[in-house]
Amino acid sequence: MTDEACIVCDATVALPADVELGEIVDCLTCGSELEVTGIDPYALEEAPELEEDWGE
Amino acid sequence: MKVGVLHSRIRRDEKLLLNELRERDHAVHKLDVRDRSFSIDQAGDQFATLELVVDRCLSSSRSRYLTAWCERHDIPVVNSATTAATCADKVRTSLALSEAGIPTPRTEVAFSIDAALDIMDDLGYPCVLKPVVGSWGRLMARIESRNMAESLLEHKATLGHYEHKVFYLQEYIETEGEDLRIVATDGVPIAGMRRSSDHWITNAARGAEVASIEVDSELETLVANVDAAVGGGLLGIDLMETQDGYTVHEVNHSVEFNALNSVAPIDVPSAVVDWLESICLETTAVSS
Ligand SMILES: Nc1ncnc2c1ncn2[C@@H]1O[C@H](COP(=O)(O)OP(=O)(O)O)[C@@H](O)[C@H]1O
Ligand SMILES: [Mg+2]
Ligand SMILES: [Zn+2]
Repeated sequence: MTDEACIVCDATVALPADVELGEIVDCLTCGSELEVTGIDPYALEEAPELEEDWGE
Repeated sequence: MKVGVLHSRIRRDEKLLLNELRERDHAVHKLDVRDRSFSIDQAGDQFATLELVVDRCLSSSRSRYLTAWCERHDIPVVNSATTAATCADKVRTSLALSEAGIPTPRTEVAFSIDAALDIMDDLGYPCVLKPVVGSWGRLMARIESRNMAESLLEHKATLGHYEHKVFYLQEYIETEGEDLRIVATDGVPIAGMRRSSDHWITNAARGAEVASIEVDSELETLVANVDAAVGGGLLGIDLMETQDGYTVHEVNHSVEFNALNSVAPIDVPSAVVDWLESICLETTAVSS
């Protein structure tokens, strides 16, 4: 586990040990969906809005 | 094997798959489809060395184009472009199921509000209106009355993108908030689950409760037929139970298996990777 700062509210967001580039993590403080866009060093961005053709 | 995974957002499902592939020492190339472009004429060196590409795009349009692109360049890809094109569009799925004689709810397509209203009166209320492209139970409507039908169709026709002017209408199946999901590879079930909800829409992505089910021989046969009907591969088959037996309402080509894995007696990502390995063996045998 690594702690990073939420780019929306600056609260601490816990990244799992096996975090993947492209994975989505939720900020438990402000509810933002964050996408992991960098691993070394860690980078977070606000995840893109849901598109209509997304899904299974 | 040297396997490429086409992806954008990494869901829990892709993570399970990636971890399983790496645990088995496969060389995994994550290919974020947002980071690159795809030349019509050339696949490029990186793709040329891959033994298999697994399409895990979250977006069905990307999935449709990129599977076709892989096939154009003779890159082995699962699922196939045919499967993606068939499953990404509910009209095409229904046509394929009907052609194969697979039980599916009565479904009608209309292109104008008047034609849609006529058919909804005929289906009776409630009936179901679905977007032709979409997932996770989004933008589905259970239409309770003629009044509701009129206003909903007007909204869709006025506010919607052109695809929302294709009205996909279906008889409502009384399910008491339950349906079944079977995940299968090449028509052979890996595992199945029942999804239950207080809501009539029972997608796991919407929080339905899931429980493992036994896949009986009737389901096995049905799953094999569905696989053949839509083009085959790793599929998530959605069915409802009626008094007259099962009815298939959807087939998913970029199937999420995290929920199933949490209740199934078998390790689902491991079964998926077994299948990927078997495909790789076949394609290498053919090309050598
Ligand atoms: N004809 C129908 N009658 C009753 N319930 C339905 C019908 N079609 C779909 N549903 C419910 O809605 C859910 C989502 O429908 P589905 O066709 O699988 O679309 P999606 O692509 O959004 O998953 C199903 O799992 C089922 O619970
Ligand atoms: Mg479904
Ligand atoms: Zn936050």
